[in-house]
Amino acid sequence: MKKNLSYMDSVHRDGTIWNLSVMALLLAFPVTVAIFFGVMPDWAALLSGLIATAPLYWVVGVIETVTFVPMLGAGGSYLSFVTGNISNLKLPCALNALEQNGVSANSEEGEVISTIAIATSSIVTTLIIIIGVICIVPLTPVLEAPVLEPAFQQILPALFGGLGVAFVSKNWKIAVAPILLMLILFIFIPALNEGTVGIMVPVSALFTIAVARIMYKRGAL
Amino acid sequence: MEFSVNHPIIFVLVGVIVAVVLGQSVYFLLKALRRSKQLGMDQTKIKKTIRTAAIFTIAPAVAIVISVITLSKKLGVALPWLRLSVVGSMSYETIAATNALQAMGQSLGSSTALSAQQYVNVLLVMTISILVGIWLVPVVSKKLQSGMATLGKRDAKWADIFQNSLFIGMISAFLGFVFCNMYMLWTPSARFLTETVVENGVEVEKQIAVPATYGLVPVCVMIVSALVMVICGLLMKKPKLKWLSEYALPISLVLGMAAAIPLTAWLS
Repeated sequence: MKKNLSYMDSVHRDGTIWNLSVMALLLAFPVTVAIFFGVMPDWAALLSGLIATAPLYWVVGVIETVTFVPMLGAGGSYLSFVTGNISNLKLPCALNALEQNGVSANSEEGEVISTIAIATSSIVTTLIIIIGVICIVPLTPVLEAPVLEPAFQQILPALFGGLGVAFVSKNWKIAVAPILLMLILFIFIPALNEGTVGIMVPVSALFTIAVARIMYKRGAL
Repeated sequence: MEFSVNHPIIFVLVGVIVAVVLGQSVYFLLKALRRSKQLGMDQTKIKKTIRTAAIFTIAPAVAIVISVITLSKKLGVALPWLRLSVVGSMSYETIAATNALQAMGQSLGSSTALSAQQYVNVLLVMTISILVGIWLVPVVSKKLQSGMATLGKRDAKWADIFQNSLFIGMISAFLGFVFCNMYMLWTPSARFLTETVVENGVEVEKQIAVPATYGLVPVCVMIVSALVMVICGLLMKKPKLKWLSEYALPISLVLGMAAAIPLTAWLS
């Protein structure tokens, strides 16, 4: 048990060091560009640009952190919140790995598996983007070909169709109510769309937990 | 120094940050692999996990490259490369860049090149807005994780159900999202898309009419992907085809995406 604790503790310690270092580097980037080219920010425009952007992003950021950290595991969280693309890539990747290995996300095996899946996915994504950046000239006409456009536009439905079957079939009892609720909300409220699906994730998660709790208490699970 | 959005020094700076982030991923991968050996986990299964994760990642990663290409037209290649390798996403960065530029009378679509000052402003707005997750995870994740662990100790069965409820909740929200344009079927006034186009260097919002069945495209794509997954699941039961389990999700993803091409032509 002591070893168990020490692995998790070291994940938190190393993750904190890495994340804060990356944050320092990210903040140093605009400063370096400003010094190198000898310019100062346009402060007034910066302020109004930030007012238009930051409050919303910060709220979304806080909600995403609280919602996704319990799903991603410790190591997976530190990595995912640095490399981004969580709901469309890292989390599905981790879920698929957990399900393939038949381990619970709560166990240390689950923690290890989801970290491995998310780290692999991050490395592959970073490498593919590097290749894309190097070959941007020959790749642009291919990737922007009109015939391929619909395929990349529909990546989320194509992803969640498969993932949905894999996950819902194993947990169908707790899945019926939230799926029905989300279907009704998204179909009949036009304001719910790609831009607002992120806000609906915690709503749906809390609803599912509530329904599951009631069923569990009644011995239906 | 003459500024350009594709100045070599910007590539060097971005390259350094991307290399550090790549280093973090490799570090965590090795750490987890080491731990998996200590725990005596089946290493062939671990290898399979790595292979599946890598293959599954290809299609979404190519989609990210397309976002880099789209954003690079105004912001140069280096900045979208950074933003989409570290934290960002296409929709986030588009909004952040639009807001930053608008405050200076510039826009993403216009053909006027960015000045160094405008570039620094875009960088700052994007960076400051997006940083929350990076520092918040170290602050809250230990507490959240130990909360989950306590839950597990108190009632292991409920802890598992709780965890699965989180996953199911997330998946349900995205399944609902797939249906978000269905209402076009019975709402004639909603059958258009708003697209921003550039006319004579000025951005104009244009409404493009779409047929009533437009909202069915993602629904049909999802059904195709789900059916492929069901078929894979049935085939996997045969001992000879057990290897399919590794590839089921990537296959359903890619076939779903491929189906989107004829479905889009047919329905929208």
